[in-house]
Amino acid sequence: MRWAATRPLPVSTANWPVAEMNVHVADSGAALKVRGLSVAYGDKPALSSVDAAFQQGRMSAIVGPNGAGKSTLLKAAMGIIPSISGDALFFGRPLDEVRSRIAYVPQRASVDWDFPATVIDVVLMGLYRSLGPFKLIGRGQRALALNCLEEVDMVSLADRQIGQLSGGQQQRVFIARALAQKADLLLLDEPFAGVDAATEKTIITLLKKLVREGGTAVAVHHDLSTVTAYFDDVLVLNVRRIANGPVDKAFTEEHLAEAYGGRLVQPEPELA
Amino acid sequence: MFDISAFVDALTFRAGYNTAIVAIGAILLGWAGGTVGTYLLLRQRSLVSDALSHATLPGVGVAFLVMAWFGGSGRFLPGLLLGAAISAMIGLACVEWLTRRTRLKSDAAIGAVLSSFFGLGIVLLTVIQSLGIGRQAGIGSFLLGSTSGMLRNEAYTLAALALFVAFLVFVFRRPLTLVCFDETFARTSGIDIRRTDLLLMFLVMAVTVTGLRIVGLILVVALLIIPPVAARFWTEKTGTMIVASGLIGAASGFVGTALSASVPNFPAGPVIVLVAAVLFALSLLFAPARGVFYGLYRARAFSRKVHRRQGLLAILRGEAIYDHDTLKVLRSEKLIHGDGTPTRAGLDAAETAAREEALWTIYARNNPDAANRAARMRLDPIAERLTAGEIAELERQFAGPSGVLPAR
Repeated sequence: MRWAATRPLPVSTANWPVAEMNVHVADSGAALKVRGLSVAYGDKPALSSVDAAFQQGRMSAIVGPNGAGKSTLLKAAMGIIPSISGDALFFGRPLDEVRSRIAYVPQRASVDWDFPATVIDVVLMGLYRSLGPFKLIGRGQRALALNCLEEVDMVSLADRQIGQLSGGQQQRVFIARALAQKADLLLLDEPFAGVDAATEKTIITLLKKLVREGGTAVAVHHDLSTVTAYFDDVLVLNVRRIANGPVDKAFTEEHLAEAYGGRLVQPEPELA
Repeated sequence: MFDISAFVDALTFRAGYNTAIVAIGAILLGWAGGTVGTYLLLRQRSLVSDALSHATLPGVGVAFLVMAWFGGSGRFLPGLLLGAAISAMIGLACVEWLTRRTRLKSDAAIGAVLSSFFGLGIVLLTVIQSLGIGRQAGIGSFLLGSTSGMLRNEAYTLAALALFVAFLVFVFRRPLTLVCFDETFARTSGIDIRRTDLLLMFLVMAVTVTGLRIVGLILVVALLIIPPVAARFWTEKTGTMIVASGLIGAASGFVGTALSASVPNFPAGPVIVLVAAVLFALSLLFAPARGVFYGLYRARAFSRKVHRRQGLLAILRGEAIYDHDTLKVLRSEKLIHGDGTPTRAGLDAAETAAREEALWTIYARNNPDAANRAARMRLDPIAERLTAGEIAELERQFAGPSGVLPAR
């Protein structure tokens, strides 16, 4: 896929109604807030002026049909793909000022698992940023990485080459790498795609624990049947924002019908 | 023709000053090529180095003409290398532009740029030779390299290059590894992908331009590609692969120059590349991590495991075993007596096998997408393949509501 070379345009706030400005100032508790985010692949729009906020200390899902722009929203917010307009604030600040507080878990299918690396090598990658170029990996770092692996029940496979793992085990390695970053906000792109039930349980239990301890998690999610059980808040998305808020308010049949059209049946789980 | 004592002398640096200088230069070049080439391979850009090396030739020609024009000796090496570097950069920019702005795939873009630049370079060299200016003799040696008359200064240049490459690779090893493995994650950690790729291309260019003198532009890519692919057979870790690849490159340079020194008029560059190719073939066949023979051994071990499991399940059911291979495997592990009755160890192993078989069946039921994997894994001890938590979950499901655990 080739992206159009676009530069984010400066967002003019001049013509915003004052009242709306105040609303934005009021909920400064957002771990991630996107404003007027528009993204296109070439001339095909993927997101159209989306406003959304994900509150601190909450677990949020981004749901919507295939091609709704769920992953795109996270990627554009993280600056992985360029946006046409709009911006994203993390804890009220631009990304570069708070990058170390954010951990991003990409889709499992986005990397080559034949890469020469063991499980613990991948987890240690989460520490690269804090280590800088010269510090060597010592006993402390290894212990930390093993702790993170313990959290996802992967210690016993720490020295396996990553290609030998099952899909669920690979996903847990990615989660462990994010844990090693010791971030306040976890962004997860389809963490439950193609994983076994045990892995799903391990991951959700862990995320709930992190959120209880004050962390924030935002996950692109496919399985509508588990939204209520897993998440506090939800963003219902289909290129534009349809609803955003607590699950009981935003995750309604009406909103889902709007997002999924007439065919409000359980969509097939999609393998990324 | 082949002089064994000359070969030994060359290997022990006693074959004279010039040979020793060349050997040291080739070792350093091989090492630098192997190190940088590892990242190039992991970034899946190996072929770019081919375009880059061929694109140096017009630069060599133009630099020669310019220097001769200003009345100098056209063969001033730093000038020629600078010209080579500049035209390599132009070639690289063309490949970049073609893949980015047109619908051409990178292999087509590389092919187009490589052949056009090389063609232009050959035309320039022909023109230079017909002009008869600026002591052009030997300018053609950039095609296949030449070690004759290598100067001490040139060896110093190679040493400086190798140190420089080592330093850059060490400082940037983490961003380089991250970009190779997981570009998305690298980006979110604040790494500039484009700058990291540019750094990698710069390193490749440094190795290529310096390698022109010894192995020549047609074969220098071999020093960037062969050592890392050979090293990949030996290891599953990036760090080890980089070291192994550097060693394979250095060994090729060393043995290659020694061989060429022990046969009159044997060209060093091609011989170095051939030595690397031999090391590659040996790795392909014999390396433990991914070699062919190890693969055969694993296939055999797998069929043993199948027989072992079938035999143990038959023991448990009290059935007689007739399969010859199964009997052989069970006997060799002392799981049955000579007369076919199970030993104590055999009965224990059978019970373990039955329990693990039951757990794997639940695993397979839970993971229908992973049927192939499950079939391969279920013959291994379960604790080697699944974590304690995963096994506990399977046991819980096996026991069901009654809570009775399967026998261990």
